[in-house]
Amino acid sequence: MSQVVNKVTRAEVEDFLFHEAALLDEWKLNEWQELLTDDAHYLIPPNDVLDGDYRSSLFIIADDRERIRQRIIRALDPNCHAEHPKSRTQRIVGNVRILAQNGDEVDVAANYICYRYRRYERVGQYVGNYVYKLVRKGDSFLIREKKVIIQANELGQLGSVSIIL
Amino acid sequence: MPRSYVVDDPEKGVFLLDREVHMSEQVLREEMRKIFAKCWIYVGHSSEVKKPGDFVTRRVAGRPVIFVRNQKGEVDCHFNTCRHRGALVCADRQGNARRFFCVYHGWIYGNGGELQRVPGDEAYTSAFDKDTLALKKPAKFEEYRGFWFMSLDPNIVPLTEYLGKATEYLDLVIDQSPSQQMEILPGTQEYDVGANWKLMVENSVDDYHLPSTHATWLNFMANSGVKVEPPKDKDLVLPTRGWAIELGNGHFTTDNVNFRGRPVAAWISLYGEDSKEEMKEIKDELIARLGPERAERVANTNRNLVIFPNLVINDGSSVTVRTFYPEGVGKMHVTAWALGPVEESATARARRLDAFLTFYGPGGFATPDDVEALELVQQGLANWEDDRWSEMSRGMGREGVQLNSDEHHLRIFWRHWDKMMGAEG
Repeated sequence: MSQVVNKVTRAEVEDFLFHEAALLDEWKLNEWQELLTDDAHYLIPPNDVLDGDYRSSLFIIADDRERIRQRIIRALDPNCHAEHPKSRTQRIVGNVRILAQNGDEVDVAANYICYRYRRYERVGQYVGNYVYKLVRKGDSFLIREKKVIIQANELGQLGSVSIIL
Repeated sequence: MPRSYVVDDPEKGVFLLDREVHMSEQVLREEMRKIFAKCWIYVGHSSEVKKPGDFVTRRVAGRPVIFVRNQKGEVDCHFNTCRHRGALVCADRQGNARRFFCVYHGWIYGNGGELQRVPGDEAYTSAFDKDTLALKKPAKFEEYRGFWFMSLDPNIVPLTEYLGKATEYLDLVIDQSPSQQMEILPGTQEYDVGANWKLMVENSVDDYHLPSTHATWLNFMANSGVKVEPPKDKDLVLPTRGWAIELGNGHFTTDNVNFRGRPVAAWISLYGEDSKEEMKEIKDELIARLGPERAERVANTNRNLVIFPNLVINDGSSVTVRTFYPEGVGKMHVTAWALGPVEESATARARRLDAFLTFYGPGGFATPDDVEALELVQQGLANWEDDRWSEMSRGMGREGVQLNSDEHHLRIFWRHWDKMMGAEG
């Protein structure tokens, strides 16, 4: 059975990623969560084993869908001290590339810069790559996997990831 | 009479800590000399350098070192500093190498540290002796069952003597492995904390803070079907009774009956129904090998161990090896690893790592709030000169054994620290 699959354009992917970035910057985490598939993963590998598997290497974050749900409950709770008051973040997403398209699934890479501001002028500058597995849904997408690479030799202050990158 | 930074009055039941200890550049300079240069400091685990030539470079209490297995198969430790002009001779974070090559003038060292080649060495006089120019090593470098430590003090007591009763608590961790071999798992967590390094010592063993600092973790556990019941006994803060135990030389541990699930081996619903059978097998193996009593100690108690001054091994939601050093008065760099039995199955290993992330690390559901609490302390301490003393007398009037939710073990740290800081040198 053959199925005609429309080729995904970069502009469509960019629209989606920019929308996602805005939701995260605005702390609309429950709306962000609606962008995820039921089997979604959110991963941040350690920066000494970037291509590792979270089942055999210690990651910084290796969430399945249920853990993401719990992460958001926690992040929005006023007792999440690491995010109270909430960090103000601003991210720029660019260099968007479609790496592959297999049926409904689209592999996407992008670069990001995320500035995170906390009290007393503490600024975190996260720089790195997003690697997505997106799934076509209507005229937009869902996220099946979001892997966040932090491009720093030592993580130092960037090790702290109580925001959703 | 050296100055003291504590008010220690057991009769009145008062223990106060001078907040200058977290704020003074002078104190930090003295700590480098009187604490970090006078203790055994954790370097690494032998599992990180399995084959000859395997190396990792890291800073140990600020000192760049190469932790390496040399061609003879021995675990070795060199200062990562060229004998010629002082450059790092290895810039890679990890790898395998027979030689370390200084890029500045091309001096070449073997992985045992020996100086093998100096370009143009005919330009030197006979006073130039390559045999005396091997990479320098810390004065002492010894292991306890795979855990390697260095000391800059040539006169320090042997490591096992220094560790004293702390070895019993390391043994309890190692007993998780049927072959008595644990390994550091791939993947390093690193994070800076904007707080004095000693606040991490306190925090790593302070069970008083759990209900308030980690309210969202308790909520997550409840959401996952793991109800952590509040204690029934009035004197408790945690659901189970636990103790704070002095181990000598400034070392101490908490020791309490598990209430939170352990990969080896106390099942909770968070691990999933399909893991029940394997976890029972793990527990049965412990009982067969160690007997029921010891198996229960290994499988069903949580212990947060501090090896003075800056090594923490938490055997709780998972096993973490954590070390940290100051990067200035108000900042520390933390490095943390996961530790597991070498023969662990893929499924048990995955469970261990997942359990680790439920609590520990900069993306975990608890550690970020610890980090925040410590940074709040450091920020609040800006008033230290006008609000001088931290109150640390909790549990002082208690007869007999000390609870893990008291501050007995914190006082152990501070008394030892204060004594070392009061020494000449």
